Amino acid sequence: MDTWSLLSICVLLGLTTRWAVSLNSYSGAGKPPMFGDYEAQRHWQEITYNLPVHEWYFNTTDNNLNYWGLDYPPLTAYHSLLCGHVASLINPDWVELHTSQGFESSAHKLFMRATVLIADLLMYVPAVVLYCFYLSEGSNRKKVCLVLCILLYPGLILIDYGHFQYNSISLGLALWGVLGLGLGWDMLGSLAFVLAVNYKQMELYHSLPFFCYLLGKCFKQGMGLCINGNFIAVTVLVTFTLCWLPFLTDPGQVLQVLHRLFPVGRGLFEDKVANTWCSLNVLIKIKTILSTDTQLYLSLAATLLAALPSSIKLLTKPTLWQFKLALVNSSLAFFLFSFQVHEKSILLPALPVCLLLGDLPLPAVWFLQASTFSMLPLFLKDGLFVPYAVTSSAFVFYSVYLLSALEHSSEEELQLKSLSLLPFLSQSPGQFYLSVAAMAGLSFMSVALAPPARLPDLFPLLVSVFSFLHFLGLLLYFNVVQIAEPPSPRRKNPKKTE
Amino acid sequence: MRSANQIERRRQRRRRRRRRILSSGLYNTVMAASTADSWSWFPALALGVSFLKCLMINSYHSTDFEVHRNWLAITHSLPVSKWYHESTSEWTLDYPPLFAWFEYGLSHVAQHFDKKMLVVQNLGYASPATVLFQRLSVIATDVVFIYAVRECCRSVREEKGSKDLLVRPYFILAALLLWNYGLLIVDHIHFQYNGFLCGILLLSVARHLQVGNFITFPFEQGRHLEGAFLFAVLLNLKHIYLYIAPAYGIFLLRSYCFTKDNTDGSVRWSSLSLVRLIALGSIVISVCALSFGPFIAMGQLPQVLSRLFPFKRGLCHAYWAPNIWALYNVVDKALSVLGLRLKLLANLPKASMTGGLVQEFQHSVLPSVSPSATLICTLVSILPAVLSIWRCPRGARGFLRCLVVCALCSFMFGWHVHEKAILMAILPLSVLAVESREDAGIFLMLATTGHYSLFPLLFTATEMPTKVLLILLFTLYSFTSLKKLFRGFLLNTLEVTYLLGLIAVEIICEVVYPLLPWKQTLPFVTLLAKSVYCSLGVSYSFIRLYLSILRPTDKPKEL
Repeated sequence: MDTWSLLSICVLLGLTTRWAVSLNSYSGAGKPPMFGDYEAQRHWQEITYNLPVHEWYFNTTDNNLNYWGLDYPPLTAYHSLLCGHVASLINPDWVELHTSQGFESSAHKLFMRATVLIADLLMYVPAVVLYCFYLSEGSNRKKVCLVLCILLYPGLILIDYGHFQYNSISLGLALWGVLGLGLGWDMLGSLAFVLAVNYKQMELYHSLPFFCYLLGKCFKQGMGLCINGNFIAVTVLVTFTLCWLPFLTDPGQVLQVLHRLFPVGRGLFEDKVANTWCSLNVLIKIKTILSTDTQLYLSLAATLLAALPSSIKLLTKPTLWQFKLALVNSSLAFFLFSFQVHEKSILLPALPVCLLLGDLPLPAVWFLQASTFSMLPLFLKDGLFVPYAVTSSAFVFYSVYLLSALEHSSEEELQLKSLSLLPFLSQSPGQFYLSVAAMAGLSFMSVALAPPARLPDLFPLLVSVFSFLHFLGLLLYFNVVQIAEPPSPRRKNPKKTE
Repeated sequence: MRSANQIERRRQRRRRRRRRILSSGLYNTVMAASTADSWSWFPALALGVSFLKCLMINSYHSTDFEVHRNWLAITHSLPVSKWYHESTSEWTLDYPPLFAWFEYGLSHVAQHFDKKMLVVQNLGYASPATVLFQRLSVIATDVVFIYAVRECCRSVREEKGSKDLLVRPYFILAALLLWNYGLLIVDHIHFQYNGFLCGILLLSVARHLQVGNFITFPFEQGRHLEGAFLFAVLLNLKHIYLYIAPAYGIFLLRSYCFTKDNTDGSVRWSSLSLVRLIALGSIVISVCALSFGPFIAMGQLPQVLSRLFPFKRGLCHAYWAPNIWALYNVVDKALSVLGLRLKLLANLPKASMTGGLVQEFQHSVLPSVSPSATLICTLVSILPAVLSIWRCPRGARGFLRCLVVCALCSFMFGWHVHEKAILMAILPLSVLAVESREDAGIFLMLATTGHYSLFPLLFTATEMPTKVLLILLFTLYSFTSLKKLFRGFLLNTLEVTYLLGLIAVEIICEVVYPLLPWKQTLPFVTLLAKSVYCSLGVSYSFIRLYLSILRPTDKPKEL
């Protein structure tokens, strides 16, 4: 079959899955008074549509910041404004100031879901296709399989189409950034990445590798010839200025927006999140022992320390392969160690791991599966268990089948053993299956069993600690791969040589 | 009878294939795990579609959902003698007894999900557990369909094998059947058990197809009996399959009960095997006795039959199936409008159009059609096809072709035909489509038109993206894979133009028309346009398929 038709079929499959998931419930459906992220997005449309720009981030009589106040950067606000205009064309009740609070109807749900699908179709899907066809190696058919596997990654689908968010935009923009840098169009790449950061501040998790890659490239070209670097700096500044233009009239505005974006007062972590602090909290109650400031410095230091090795390596060797690994390592370090992390932030490391699916299939599939699993408590709260179970089984099955992940692993292992690595980092299909079985078991226990009365949070805690161990192990693994730099595993592909 | 020559040729082909497998090593980079002769790709296809079905659990479901819930309740909570008398709900039990027993079996699992769904008085009951159970029951019973597809794929003939798995006929057939658009939306969104029923039909067809390949399939004559048994079971599950019974009857009589032909290919009357006839008859009669026996014993047969054949419904379903009667109705309407304009007619009874309810349609100019007239039309249209396989049997393939023609005849001329009935033709035709170039062309026409005509079945806005994405997926796959398989285009310009016209019809009906002023006064026009446009395509494929069965073949194919 022709590549283009296989590709269209894979994209259609990805879209069908997305839409099928979107038939399910969303966060906070029918749960007044606060509802959930769905209502937050609708509320932002209401605010941006009805209020002047300078009131968006301020607590006023018309804008109660305690009720889902806008806490994302300006691009999100502009996107909400656009959606708000479309919504008011269809049905003005959806974005009526004050009275539309908590509005829910099946038509409105359809509208909101459609906005996600359109955004995804414009941003994320084309970036994935282009990435697989221009930046990954292998036969055309392998590239098509890669497209399918990346598009079927359940974490993103469930959060965007189930829970309700627009991660596909920020992740899609970041992917356009990777594409730009990978294809040598550094300016366009940095432009896309700046847009991503301005859509969602969490994209800063990816900023270190972008910075180090560009800086490293600049060093390589020689300090005197750094015109390119200057151009990039100008691009970044101009893009930032344009995005923030309406807020630059008054320094108070900028400070208020920044204050909204980085709410330091909210504590080290919220709910149950599979990172170091939450898992450590089981043994030592950090949250109560240390002051907020100490927590802040501690987490900052730990994050930088964890991201340092990969960044330095990338600085000295700015290649695409190093860049992808550094993206994983840096964003995972941020997820595990930084301040105020949400469970959904695991999508940020998951994006670069998706890009590694073709090169390191087993660890990548393992990580992606663990990342979906780590959000299980959230899915249960939203009533998304069935789509979670279905999409994650489908993902494991197809990625193992199509990417022959388990066949590669022995190769990988040999390769890494020759580099005399720590034994606990070796991965075998047996361990993989064991871990997946454990995840499946824990998932069904969380759904079927009532936790003991003394430990109501037993299952969410088990889920987050179990996923945390995976993340930690894989952070070490990806760091080792990046530092030791095995002779490009892509060339080791046994099928290609045949 | 097969000649030694043919067997030898088949052996050679087999040997050649084996040599090719050895020489080419692993087939392609990605599907290396699934070399062509291993079947690891099959679970991948089947599981994939099952996952998709599970994701559609929360889709819209039609009143058929309540129909089946009601049947679960009736069979679970009432004694057998009341099954066909119960009428609390308007959706009375109107399938044959074996299906009632099937529901009875399901109800025993259902009680572990939610007992309240098994109460007859709980009309319209659809708790989440009920929805989950009903949806899962369709997905689970589709296992029969998956097995049948596998058997069909094993009996597909392969002319020139490509080394690429994706252009192997059996792979394409599996994908076309398992991922069939119609089954997905009718069973897993609209809600019915067609997958299970069509599975039995395809399994029965596969058994007949396997008779020719006795190297792979031993006990070949027993396969005919197994096929006949499966079809008898099918008839007692859903009696709509009576329409294709003539194809079965004639084929089995001609090719199974008569064991020898004259030299000119006509039947040798003296070769009638009484043993085979009796075996066949006893199988069919015992299945029917098992199903209807208890009701005959209770003296309820007339009551059961009156439930099974309700002729009180109208000529056409609420939404006209794209058949001859849709064209007939529209011609009648056009004539009456024309007549009124030209003042040739006066004071006509106002013709009632499809308004959403099942109702009788009064023709204004053309004679009204009675149920018996449609029955006669159907029988007359079936006759030449059946006669042709009597006069010149062309093996199981000829039988399959005749079966598809019978299904299409009933669709074209039947009384109160549902648009869903087109699946009865599309699914078996898929088997023929991967074996011959001409059938592939007919299949593309029929499947695309027929599938598009299912669009009005799902009218909710939420299902719009689902149905569009799924039909694109299926149509794109069927076009590209069959084109690759037969190495060239399968449709001529006119046919392609017609099919592209479907897109135009959809855009006009769903986007342009709602913006026009007469949306309020003439709401039914969009349904009418779709049904009439589709009936052109279906009629065209029907005629082409009919011609292919009547055409004398130069070389009689093997039995």
